Amino acid sequence: MILYGLRRLIYLVPVAFGVSLLVFALVHLAPGDAISAIVPPDAPQEVVEKLRAYYGFDKPLPVQYFRWLVVTLSGDFGTSIGTGRPVSEEVGGAFLNTIVLAISACLVAFSLAIFLGTAAGYAKSRIVDRLVTSIALTGISVPNYWLAIVLVIIFSVELGWLPPMGLGPESATGWKLDFAHLRYMVLPTIALSMIPLGVMTRTVRSTIKEILNSEFVTALQAKGMNDRQILFHVLKNAAPTCLAVMGLQAGNLIGGSILIETVFSWPGTGFLLNSAIFRRDLPILQGTTLVLSFFFMMLNLTVDMIQTVVDPRIKRG
Amino acid sequence: MLKHVRVALAGLGILAASAGSAFSQGTLRIGMTAADIPLTTGQPDQGFEGYRFAGYTIYDGLVNWDLSKADTLADIKPGLATEWKADPADLKKWTFKLRQGVKFHDGTDFTADAVIWNLDKLLNDKSPQFDAKQTAQARGRIPTLIGYKKIDDYTVELETRIANALFPYDMSYIFYSSPTNWEKQGKDWVKVALNPVGTGPFKVDRMVPRERLDLSRFDGYWDKARVPKLDKVILYPMPEAATRTAALLSGQIDWIEVPAPDALPRLKQGGMVIVSNKYPHNWAYQPSMAEGSPFLDIRVRKAANLAIDRAGVKKLVGDMAIESKGHVYPGHPWFGTPSFDIKYDPEAAKALLKEAGYSATNKPKIKIAISTSGSGQMLPLPMNEYVQENLNAVGFDCSFEVMEWNALVTFGFQSVKGEASTKAGTNAINISRAFVDPYSAFMRLMHSEFLPPKGANWGLLKDAKLDALIDKAHNSFDKAEQTKALADAHTYAVDQALWIWIVHDLNPRAMSPKVKGFVQAQSWFQDLTTITMQ
Repeated sequence: MILYGLRRLIYLVPVAFGVSLLVFALVHLAPGDAISAIVPPDAPQEVVEKLRAYYGFDKPLPVQYFRWLVVTLSGDFGTSIGTGRPVSEEVGGAFLNTIVLAISACLVAFSLAIFLGTAAGYAKSRIVDRLVTSIALTGISVPNYWLAIVLVIIFSVELGWLPPMGLGPESATGWKLDFAHLRYMVLPTIALSMIPLGVMTRTVRSTIKEILNSEFVTALQAKGMNDRQILFHVLKNAAPTCLAVMGLQAGNLIGGSILIETVFSWPGTGFLLNSAIFRRDLPILQGTTLVLSFFFMMLNLTVDMIQTVVDPRIKRG
Repeated sequence: MLKHVRVALAGLGILAASAGSAFSQGTLRIGMTAADIPLTTGQPDQGFEGYRFAGYTIYDGLVNWDLSKADTLADIKPGLATEWKADPADLKKWTFKLRQGVKFHDGTDFTADAVIWNLDKLLNDKSPQFDAKQTAQARGRIPTLIGYKKIDDYTVELETRIANALFPYDMSYIFYSSPTNWEKQGKDWVKVALNPVGTGPFKVDRMVPRERLDLSRFDGYWDKARVPKLDKVILYPMPEAATRTAALLSGQIDWIEVPAPDALPRLKQGGMVIVSNKYPHNWAYQPSMAEGSPFLDIRVRKAANLAIDRAGVKKLVGDMAIESKGHVYPGHPWFGTPSFDIKYDPEAAKALLKEAGYSATNKPKIKIAISTSGSGQMLPLPMNEYVQENLNAVGFDCSFEVMEWNALVTFGFQSVKGEASTKAGTNAINISRAFVDPYSAFMRLMHSEFLPPKGANWGLLKDAKLDALIDKAHNSFDKAEQTKALADAHTYAVDQALWIWIVHDLNPRAMSPKVKGFVQAQSWFQDLTTITMQ
């Protein structure tokens, strides 16, 4: 097990290198120019060229990549072209804000999905099954940014119950765990949890239904076990599949939602990326994408490890 | 059961009560379109929105803008300098007399040393305080400034490359940050950005990147008539128009920039006040005047100008525009007396194209570089599609090269003969332009010496008569003469139909009825010092 974990960690190195290369290439392939985004449209070319040299964009791309890699490996990530602030500070602060929102959306989505999916999987009534399936389908189909705007219109504009944007009250800085800040999380959490709710509900439902048709369930019933005891076995068997999907969904949420964070002006990685894309802030774009990719890889690794613990049938290496 | 419902409703009631504003009178909360707080170190980024909220609030120029009137065009006035004049013996040397008794927010004195220190910050890359980021924002605004020196504690001499009567306008874009504060922040501009110190009417209480900028009244402001009436101003970056609208309607903020046209009825229904005014903004097509371009023929340029139903474009943007009659709007001091009346006359447009030798089988092909969004671009896609229909209806063969805003700006850094435009086959470009001062209005866009990369004459317009008229304005040190020369230049440009002018934005902003005392100047910049909160 430990050996497996170590081996997977070593595999991460070439993957991370590939990701960094891909990130760098994609960012530089996009049309537009980092310097033209930070100078006024009529800035003299002489100034543009000076700045290009100042930030090292006058060097060939392989040299730029190598320099960026060296800086990144030292844990520095460089400085933002747009703000002049260290990329690590920018990404770190935004990442924490995104994590808070992602955890809250995961909690809502996964707990509801397990409840609804299990209910639908077990339901003998077709109405319950269809109702849950409809909820899941809605979650997947409705664009979450549209839902976010609708939620804001209903709960902020019309009813005035919840704030439409921001991280917390005017007097506060940063996120804190208190009632005032939780109010600001309600709408973005609902909007962000809809897709994972839909995906997870469908996964749980179909997995449970499939397991209920297994021979071992019939055997358990024949042994005289009650429904609650059987449910425990069913859930245990459903866990590996559900965990794998949960891992991917959690990764997507932690990756940040550019649209949701922009709609709610939530200063997370999505909001940061949005701003960086428009400013062509290459160090921020590269730094954020790399950190998110790395986190995604670590999350996948963690899920794989948990799966092995939960289901001993899964043999690793 | 009923008990539970009552408890739930009480809970919702508490939530609703706490959702309202907890702010005392005197705090104005503004939703900006920017996705981040503009640079606060002195020279703001994020275009003129940055100047509006993180420039003229925290800082002053030697020359300021008079933003007190809505009915006339905003013009320059003394700021940190009380007077300025060019040396009659050498018109390239300007003496600026500095205002005495001006204090930075940190209590230090504003003197000639601070002016030189700040100019070094921008122009002397050997100076320890040199800041490439601020230089990037400022250098293009002072294209002719080449030298500066201190004469005494309250006098500086600035030298320009050529005689430039419009130089004071250039100096209105340069702000002065406290040298003492820079020392105090460890000579680190990143730290200064978090704790900036200027001389402006507002001082910075707190700057949280991507979240907020808190400003408060600077009681020691030198212009007692402009000491802010507000206690505080809080600025929020809110790039999404729907978010700004919702935040205003829900009472979370009091003022939003650029509401979406389709949100205006809802905002009005919600009791919000929509404020708008003319200002120096131009949404037009800059045509190619390079060899082979159909726009070389004045009849084609006039036909294009007459083909466009500007009233329809105006309706498309919720009436938040005025129909163009030229490069500047009628009533502007530089409008002049053009004889070519820019209006919607498709029949005249068809006749002009026919006269120019075009027909249904031989249409003038025009391909315009446009963006999908962008600062000052209004609603570029629907507006351009509307104009395209108009142009095609009279016999043009109009198509677009569509790109993202930043890509279009980069595209515009090269002329129409550059690699990007040649490859795309474009012969016109749609970048909205500000005509705040004579240089930005005419010189950089239409003078033959200001071809890219030096200027923004993208279409390679070379007209000796126009050059002479623009030069005359830049060499006229008498204000009336200068205005006359600019009006003549404008008259000529319109009569020659040198561009295809479409609309001028009306710069709408929406605000709560609690916001009182705001006067929307005919400018990209606005004065927040007159505002009170009811």
